Amino acid sequence: MDLTYTEEEEEFRAGLREWLTKVLPGLPPKPDPGDWPARRAYDLGWQRMLYDAGYAGLHWPVDAGGRGATPTQHLIFLEETERAGAPYVGANFVGLLHAGPTIAAEGTPEQRARWLPPILRGEEVWCQGFSEPDAGSDLASLRTRAVRDGDDYVITGSKIWTSHAEVADWCELLVRTQPVSDDVPKHRGITWLVMPVDAPGVTVRPLRTLAGSTEFAEVFLDEVRVPVGNRVGAENDGWRVTMVTLSFERGTAFVGEVVACRRVLGELAREARVNGRWDDLVLRRRLGRLNAEFRALWRLTQWNVSESERTGGVPGVGGSVFKLRYSHARQELYDTAAEVLGPDSLDLSREWTLDRLSSLSYTIAAGTSQIQQNIVAERILGLPKDRNGRKDG
Amino acid sequence: MHFQLTDDQRALQTGVRELLAGRFGREALRAAVDAAGVDGSGARLDRGLWRELGEAGFFALCLPEADGGVGLGLPEAVLAFEEAGRVLLPGPLIATHLAAGTVPGAAEGLTVVTAVDGVVDGTGGGALVEWLDEADVVQGDASGAVPLQSVDPLTPLHRVHAVVGNRSAGRWGSPLLERSRELGGGWAQPTTAGADNSFAELLGAAEQLGGATRTCDMAVRYARERQQFGRPIGSFQAVKHLCAQMLVRTEMARAAVYAASVTADPLDIATARLLADEAAVRGARDCLQVHGGMGFTWEADVHMYLKRAWVRARRGQSTAVHEESLAADLLLPEKR
Ligand SMILES: Cc1cc2nc3c(=O)[nH]c(=O)nc-3n(C[C@H](O)[C@H](O)[C@H](O)COP(=O)(O)OP(=O)(O)OC[C@H]3O[C@@H](n4cnc5c(N)ncnc54)[C@H](O)[C@@H]3O)c2cc1C
Repeated sequence: MDLTYTEEEEEFRAGLREWLTKVLPGLPPKPDPGDWPARRAYDLGWQRMLYDAGYAGLHWPVDAGGRGATPTQHLIFLEETERAGAPYVGANFVGLLHAGPTIAAEGTPEQRARWLPPILRGEEVWCQGFSEPDAGSDLASLRTRAVRDGDDYVITGSKIWTSHAEVADWCELLVRTQPVSDDVPKHRGITWLVMPVDAPGVTVRPLRTLAGSTEFAEVFLDEVRVPVGNRVGAENDGWRVTMVTLSFERGTAFVGEVVACRRVLGELAREARVNGRWDDLVLRRRLGRLNAEFRALWRLTQWNVSESERTGGVPGVGGSVFKLRYSHARQELYDTAAEVLGPDSLDLSREWTLDRLSSLSYTIAAGTSQIQQNIVAERILGLPKDRNGRKDG
Repeated sequence: MHFQLTDDQRALQTGVRELLAGRFGREALRAAVDAAGVDGSGARLDRGLWRELGEAGFFALCLPEADGGVGLGLPEAVLAFEEAGRVLLPGPLIATHLAAGTVPGAAEGLTVVTAVDGVVDGTGGGALVEWLDEADVVQGDASGAVPLQSVDPLTPLHRVHAVVGNRSAGRWGSPLLERSRELGGGWAQPTTAGADNSFAELLGAAEQLGGATRTCDMAVRYARERQQFGRPIGSFQAVKHLCAQMLVRTEMARAAVYAASVTADPLDIATARLLADEAAVRGARDCLQVHGGMGFTWEADVHMYLKRAWVRARRGQSTAVHEESLAADLLLPEKR
């Protein structure tokens, strides 16, 4: 067990720090959170800077235009950019972390050449059209239909909770190409398509979150035509195509966030010190407990990253253990922030009040905590599936 | 960075596990509990086993080879104590381990060393000593010790009232500290007694980790076998989610304990303590719940894990002290 970084890793860190110190002061001011076009431009601009400096697609394979960095280098990258206060991945999230890697793994050479470079260069934004009004946790029951018509699929249905749909160019879309029947289980007849968001028949209706912003949207699809050439993987094989990326991660999913939470925790302590609530023993101990929690989450991150380095990727189940604990800890952090703020915790102009509201999505998005617990119980601990309920998986 | 067990560490882990499985398996545990009796009055240390542990190097793991030890470090000691915790190995293991090299015979398993766990934090209650009647050497002042009826049949306890101040200084020997100086880099060395007390905390956390791992395994095994409503209880979500959270707590504790064994940083050790205590105590509680009525019996092993977890959670510094030091750390400027 070794927690020290190798010489190469430290060199990588030093180079990155130097670059960050040089470029961050020249960044344009952060856009207004409600101004989506400005946010898009800002996030893409940052991606372009990373590209020009050779940091784009750090964790992508070299033959996909990435840098093929080790998981530890990726960890260092995420840690250092967060510490330096660099912009978040933002609107580039789906492209860099999901659609891109999926195309890199499953796409044809033409598909890779068409879609991957613009993601790396910060030219195009992607969104993820998976969830539907009647298919959330039970994603495989999705009903958006795609019917083959010559060289096109004709798609009708609707998606929901699609983050960044308002400003996206492309949507990684899951559609049903074969109806569910006695012979076709629900996760069989699904296909993975790339849909241009500006195609005729696509209507994006922003949804307001409880935090007041429009982070995600409903996407209505009315006979939208998508060329067959936009299909990644075989017809009806979309579930597997999706899982290839979803089920493998390198333990780095929340690196930046854990670093950020630790910084916030320090700020909370200093604020409590200033406003006098530090004298409250119960609150102080709660802050101490949270320090232990986030220190341990950081160690678990290092453990998972090292493990994925050893095994070439941790199956997503290890990620489930982490996500369960982290999403809960993040909510506890901002509930504690409310204790520190006192009456100010009801004031939306306080940064932590909005963050507290956003933290509520963490136990829901990307697999609810209940679903994550099912995954841990069934796939790690080997407990039997519930016979009355789901037949998927 | 490579935060994974090395091949040697894996081999050590397997070696200790096999040794303990052969020498202190379930039958031996039950026999020891039966001999101790419901009130624990018959609890005796198995001197033969103690010597075998000594011969296998269990107590001398961190003692330099020049002094007849195995010459390994804190990570290896943590792995060995995790295994001890997993099988509920009884005895003042930590005190004897820390005395190796200073108390003659401790390293070899010939001398049983216990220690006054003397934190007086103003809340009263005094200090506890484990296995006082069976020990050959006591570190610290145990005069006037009175027995109490221990909740854990395999951990006899005495109470000492008269200890004042922080732990009786110099109570532990300090080979680990010496070893840490040799290794250099990041090792905690506030004062001799302070550092060894820290190591005692960490080894206790390692035992808690072993206990937490084991109760998770026990709960999962029972949940797969036990049938109700015509199916295994492990197919019910309420049971599944209990088990999933047991694993989550255990893996968090593992990361914290192993990391603290590498850095020996006092705050990492405090973190390890908090997380490992939580994993062990709540894990045993949930394991009991999964066992239903069986979990409430003397016959099932669950209660022994819970009781030992309670005993270990009371050792050393209190939860409050650890939380306070971790809170104070938040006010320090960030080190980079
Ligand atoms: C901020 C945010 C961003 C999102 N972004 C996207 C996106 O970009 N693209 C996208 O496709 N989706 C996105 N989602 C959708 C997200 O993946 C779903 O919300 C999530 O999978 C849950 O589905 P649901 O909302 O339909 O809830 P449901 O599945 O209806 O769940 C409701 C409740 O029932 C529980 N439940 C359901 N099934 C079970 C079960 N088998 N066992 C136990 N409990 C169960 C759940 O845990 C939950 O508590 C986003 C969601 C949020 C909150």
